[in-house]
Amino acid sequence: MATILARPASRPLVTIEHVRHRYGKAGGGGLLVLDDVDLTLRENEVVGLLGRSGSGKSTLLRSIAGLITPDEGEIRFVDDAAGDAPTVSMVFQTFALFPWLTVLQNVELGLEAQRVPAEERRTRALAAIDLIGLDGFENAYPKELSGGMRQRVGLARALVVNPSLLLMDEPFSALDVLTAETLRTDLLDLWSEGRMPIKSILIVTHNIEEAVLMCDRILVFSSNPGRVAAEIRVDLPQPRDRLDPPFRALVDEIYARMTARADPAPARDGIFPGTGIAMALPIVSTNALAGLIEEVDAAPFDGNASMADLADQLQLEIDELFPMAETLQLMRLADLSGGDLALTPAARRYAQSDVDQRKALFAQALLAHVPLAQHIRRILDERSSHTAPARRFRDELEDHMSPDYAAETLRAVTHWSRYAEIFAYDEDADQFSLDDPS
Amino acid sequence: MSNMPHTGRGVVALTRFWRGTATPGWADAIALVLLGGLAVLVIRGAGGMAEPLSQLRVAPVTLDPANLPGYALRTTLRMFAALGASLLFTFVVATLAAKSRRAEMVIVPALDILQSVPVLGFLTFTVTFFMGLFPGREFGVELAAIFAIFTSQAWNMAFSFYQSLRSVPADLEEVSRGFALSPWRRFIRLELPFATPALVWNAMMSMSGGWFFVVASEAISVGNTRIMLPGIGSWLALAIDAQDFRAVAWAVGAMALVILIYDQLVFRPVVAWADRFRFEQTASQAGPQSWAYDLFRRTRLLPVLFSPLIGLGRLLMVIDRRPGRRPAARRGGTPNWVGQTLWLAGLALSMTGAGWLVIGYVARHLAWGDVAIAFGFGLVTMLRVLVLIALASLVWVPIGVWIGLRPRWAERLQPVAQFLAAFPANVLFPFAVILIVQWHLNVDIWLSPLMVLGTQWYILFNVIAGASAIPNDLREAAGMFGVRGWQWWRQLAIPGIFPYYVTGALTASGGSWNASIVAEAVSWGSRHLEATGLGAYIARATAGGDYPRVTLGIAVMSVFVIGFNRLLWRPLYRYADRRLRLG
Repeated sequence: MATILARPASRPLVTIEHVRHRYGKAGGGGLLVLDDVDLTLRENEVVGLLGRSGSGKSTLLRSIAGLITPDEGEIRFVDDAAGDAPTVSMVFQTFALFPWLTVLQNVELGLEAQRVPAEERRTRALAAIDLIGLDGFENAYPKELSGGMRQRVGLARALVVNPSLLLMDEPFSALDVLTAETLRTDLLDLWSEGRMPIKSILIVTHNIEEAVLMCDRILVFSSNPGRVAAEIRVDLPQPRDRLDPPFRALVDEIYARMTARADPAPARDGIFPGTGIAMALPIVSTNALAGLIEEVDAAPFDGNASMADLADQLQLEIDELFPMAETLQLMRLADLSGGDLALTPAARRYAQSDVDQRKALFAQALLAHVPLAQHIRRILDERSSHTAPARRFRDELEDHMSPDYAAETLRAVTHWSRYAEIFAYDEDADQFSLDDPS
Repeated sequence: MSNMPHTGRGVVALTRFWRGTATPGWADAIALVLLGGLAVLVIRGAGGMAEPLSQLRVAPVTLDPANLPGYALRTTLRMFAALGASLLFTFVVATLAAKSRRAEMVIVPALDILQSVPVLGFLTFTVTFFMGLFPGREFGVELAAIFAIFTSQAWNMAFSFYQSLRSVPADLEEVSRGFALSPWRRFIRLELPFATPALVWNAMMSMSGGWFFVVASEAISVGNTRIMLPGIGSWLALAIDAQDFRAVAWAVGAMALVILIYDQLVFRPVVAWADRFRFEQTASQAGPQSWAYDLFRRTRLLPVLFSPLIGLGRLLMVIDRRPGRRPAARRGGTPNWVGQTLWLAGLALSMTGAGWLVIGYVARHLAWGDVAIAFGFGLVTMLRVLVLIALASLVWVPIGVWIGLRPRWAERLQPVAQFLAAFPANVLFPFAVILIVQWHLNVDIWLSPLMVLGTQWYILFNVIAGASAIPNDLREAAGMFGVRGWQWWRQLAIPGIFPYYVTGALTASGGSWNASIVAEAVSWGSRHLEATGLGAYIARATAGGDYPRVTLGIAVMSVFVIGFNRLLWRPLYRYADRRLRLG
């Protein structure tokens, strides 16, 4: 297939200025989800919003779609040459098909809302269904279709209303690898052949390779709060090859950007939001941590692996890999920088030890570097009964973070501490103690 | 075809049928006969309603079996009319509660309370009102009867619809907002289909609940006179007065037949049709079967029949104005404090006013001593309910688990248990009276089982459902490790069925409270047995036309039922949800 160069980007479609949004109660007190986001979408381009969960990219997408009104900032749609305002349409991660409507009725939904006459509706819907390749399934119900086919219906439904901008919210993440790949290539084919009536695509994803595969421009979001951390142009010609060296270089660069700190604080601090005991920690299983250490320790990595290779090898999403890597970094078991994960000597010792030694090593790391674990252990040591209600620590954490984060942080530390056997937890009594469980 | 107005579409189907391009098959013939018969029945029954009141005195209800089919027809029509009214009520009230925060504050607690309040109480107060609307005509009394049945059917349907509206999946909601679907279109395309499965189930439960009070709703006492509308309820009332066994047996048979008929011809097909609205997306499970539904689907008659309805629906869609621009999402802004406080103030005022009225009314005729007496009776009845539910559980839980673990038995017996739950047990009460009188048994003890006679089946069929839902791998693991006896019960069976059991026991206990009004005071001819309890208190007061005591009794019973719910069942639910939810 001849290589097709990217189209020249041209007039702006949507401008987004200084958008700020809080989750929860308006008027302050809520969690800041988007912080001062600026971006401009132009015609004839595919833009990707890439980031981990909690980076606000879905919120931004829904703001553009008009489903959410941001607390501050402005989203302006720029009229085109004919003076018409741009229209948007959305494809959902969960497909969002109405189970009691057939494929044809689902696709006609938007047209029905616009009160398009029945005959025209039908013609246009049939054309859209034909375009995405589901000809013959017009009166099937969604429950008779596989995931990939359902998403095609979702796509047809979005396209049939002739939107200027197509918004896609992690459209392929609910599909298996093969189906997702097929859909991606089909979508790219339709786009590059100009067979879709849309002017631009905005796609939200947490899959770095997908972003590099599809997009002309990638906006990397940081989390907590969501900000545009970097903007990367992808000038590789379509069709793109994952194994192509420039492709892999770009993927590595993005991993490096995502592991870099926005502010020049030393690499160890500021990994997780909050300081001291108020660090919001992710729930990462000790089995997974052990597995990751073993994997990096063994050949071919031999203690030093690039995050891109790890993600590829272990088939991990960035939402799974990054929390694990960052937890290892917190406990000084690994060094994370420039897109590479390097094990410390302690971790290499861990990889070679047996179960008891591993627990001892882990306990050491936990008590030395996770303030909350230190704190709980100290309180338990000080008290004569050597017990303490978990409620007390949860309340302490809720002074600094939301109740959901507080619960999650406490659960994470409880899990790690039980593995390391530095204290025990009784769920019925909701209590920490130094005794062995009876 | 393309230029035809939307209402014309239905007519096209009709003309196509007439032109005979589609040859009618045998399915059509059967359906035609059935539906034609139904139409004739409806017309004849409805005609009877418009008769003048004096007709009742001229042709009173008699115990002649030849009249029984006609009476059965009238009763069934009344019940379906009440169901229709309940449906209308549901659509209006539940939608209002779901869309408006302020309305919700009032409507939801009201529905919750009304679900627990005994139905019979309303009857005494509404009969006079309806009779006043159509003086001299039978229609007024009919309306009173239909309203009585309505009050036993409407609340759980409204509640279920409200809950469905509040739990519409978020992504479907976003799609409808993204495409700027107008409110009416959204209701038809999204909210109504989503809520239909639960609504159908609740409608079935409502119908079975309606039968329980059919005697009370058809044999109406107004002052000193007793008006008996033609129907099975009146038949039963007469039979009990005349101590006629055979007549009671006839009535039981007629009821069973009627319930069977409308279950097969109406409810099962509707359940089969509503399966398409089920939200879970797996196609693997076999849907509910109904021979009647398959029959109707094969005919070409059905589209013709429903063509006026479809035409009307399309017309409404056409009229429906399109919103000019996409409605901007509301900012989660500061709530309108002025409006909110005014509303709350208004609510508080009307509540205190209403409370004052009720208390004033009751206080004029009664003293605190009466309240204490009523409360004491309430405690006795509560004790009865607790003991009986415990006994019923002890008996039916093991049996239910046994059945539930064997799929073939479960398949056969669960519909039987559901039918038994739907059948009004109070028609069998007179037999109990005879036995008690014959053997000189203690009334207080031996009338009690009657309360739980009809409601124990809820425990049974819920436990069957729970046992069949225990995952196979848990049972296999238990078998492999030799878990038996009490350990098996304690660690596998009871935790496994617990949420289902709580549902069944909650329904059973609520039903028992309601049943106490007819179970604690039972008559057979001139024999009249009464146990000590709140139900007997209310029944006595109703029979004596003692409105203040009726009010007091109902208020006390409501307090007990609601207290029971809040203090016993809700915590159990929460425990079950936290500890015993699988996965």
